Amino acid sequence: MIGDPLVQHALVAGTAIAIACGLVGWFAVLRAQVFAADAMSHFAFTGAVAGVAIGIDPRVSLFAVTFVCALLLAALGGRSRVDDVTIGIAITWVLGLGVLGLSFVATGSSGGSGATAANALFGTILGLDAAQAQVAAVIAAVIVVMMLVIARPLLLASVDGVVARARGVPVLVLGVVFLVALGGVAAEATQAVGALLLLGLIAAPAGAAHRLTSRPYLGMSMAAGIGVGSVWLGLWIATIAPNIPPSSAITGVAAAAFFAAPLPARSLRRMRGPVIGRPAGPATVSEPGAELP
Amino acid sequence: MSNPSLSWNLVWDLRELLAYPFMVQALAAGTIAAILSGVLGWYMVLRRQTFAGHTLSTMSFPGAAAGMLVALPAALGYYVACVIAALAMARRPDAHDGGGGIQSARIGTIQAVGLAAGFLLLALSRSILGGLDDLLFGSFLGITPMQVWTLAIVAIVVLGILAVIGRPLLFVSLDPEAAYALGVPVRALETTFLLMLALTVAATTQITGALLVFALLVSPPAAALRLAARPIPSLLLSVGCAVAVIWCALVAAYFTTYPLGFYTTTFAFGFYLAAVGAQQLMRARTRPVTA
Repeated sequence: MIGDPLVQHALVAGTAIAIACGLVGWFAVLRAQVFAADAMSHFAFTGAVAGVAIGIDPRVSLFAVTFVCALLLAALGGRSRVDDVTIGIAITWVLGLGVLGLSFVATGSSGGSGATAANALFGTILGLDAAQAQVAAVIAAVIVVMMLVIARPLLLASVDGVVARARGVPVLVLGVVFLVALGGVAAEATQAVGALLLLGLIAAPAGAAHRLTSRPYLGMSMAAGIGVGSVWLGLWIATIAPNIPPSSAITGVAAAAFFAAPLPARSLRRMRGPVIGRPAGPATVSEPGAELP
Repeated sequence: MSNPSLSWNLVWDLRELLAYPFMVQALAAGTIAAILSGVLGWYMVLRRQTFAGHTLSTMSFPGAAAGMLVALPAALGYYVACVIAALAMARRPDAHDGGGGIQSARIGTIQAVGLAAGFLLLALSRSILGGLDDLLFGSFLGITPMQVWTLAIVAIVVLGILAVIGRPLLFVSLDPEAAYALGVPVRALETTFLLMLALTVAATTQITGALLVFALLVSPPAAALRLAARPIPSLLLSVGCAVAVIWCALVAAYFTTYPLGFYTTTFAFGFYLAAVGAQQLMRARTRPVTA
């Protein structure tokens, strides 16, 4: 299985994207902004369609549209976190523009619109060449470094914005940077592995990590770890059962982790006894994943 | 008549619009769908369940794929998939799950599982999903009288149930703790509402498509809630706005070459922007009085 170059590329890209999604997703769950991640994948879809429609490289237009929309969402949110209704309205309108672009594609000569839509929505992790896998890994690494740099202030800003502002943490700027990182992950994952896998890798591993522990850095490591495990296990399932598409298998494993998470969490809690209101701060962290600036 | 064009004679335009049976059916189905989503969407926006509504609207994909695998009509698959997703979302949150973050992760996971299941079913049935465009973006041209009747029956059932639970649901939506303390069955009402939303989405999807059902659900109610604070006027405004959106979109799509989905979302967005503008104007006018 490892000998197949397509599987190798999928492992490289999938691992990198899973780590980036885990880190960004942990904050998305903490800030209750999973819907924003979902929105980004729709923006990426419109971006890809726009590129095909006007005849430029869809990857360029995909990143451009996603970043512009991320900044727009941040601007619409103003001083507070952008709310779900605004995100919903943005999704519908940007999707409407995507539909308009698709109608141009359909009347043009570059393949059926259904095929474009299906590729952008579902992608395929087992169809990457070496260069695409490397680009995916590099972009994911950049996003991971960015998240690690802003992790501490972003944590404070997410948990208690008022205190953070009083201590001089640039809460607004951090919110914008986070949305841009979310857009970057979404654009990256959508073009490499499809929008479906993006949501599976952002929501499920991070949600499972939040259910398992309230310690921040342990949680981030767990989210990344569960994501990577899901990618590996899912790819393995897809290779031994060729009928199952890899993105379905990966999403299935990640979702199983999310829904099974309360079971070990419950027994852990029973072992430790009732601890109420334990402060969940970086000061208490002595777990792996705490190597931070 | 082969090449529709808009003249300045409104009566003539209307006669041309209604000349084809498919347009009459499209207008009837669109109006019912708009009334339904105007009401349900109003509660959805009020309850901040936009993400849940959006997730329900993606469930038509696994529904259609499952219907194809077992050779049943796609419409049945829509209803089954939407109801299953609604029940999964309505599960009582774990006491240790904390705030809204885990709930949003749960909804996102359910959506991912639904899409993954749809993709898997599609691969298992070894066929290409016929009319992916129609599934995603909808088509008004193929609506049968049978579908219009089904939609009307679903609308009557959903609106009837909502008429019964409307008042307590409003209370629960605005102040869940007070409602719980006064003995209002909060959990039952929330689950019922999600089920009604699921039925609405499943019924409307067949007309607007999976990706755009959401435009009717979120934009008109968001506009209405900005303009009117009292429940009944706001609800009526939401329904009126949704009906206006779908009528404008149908007429525009009929007389031009661009897709209906684009017009639906754009008119919906336009109405929302107009509402935001009107709200700003009203605020600017009342400010000197309150200051």
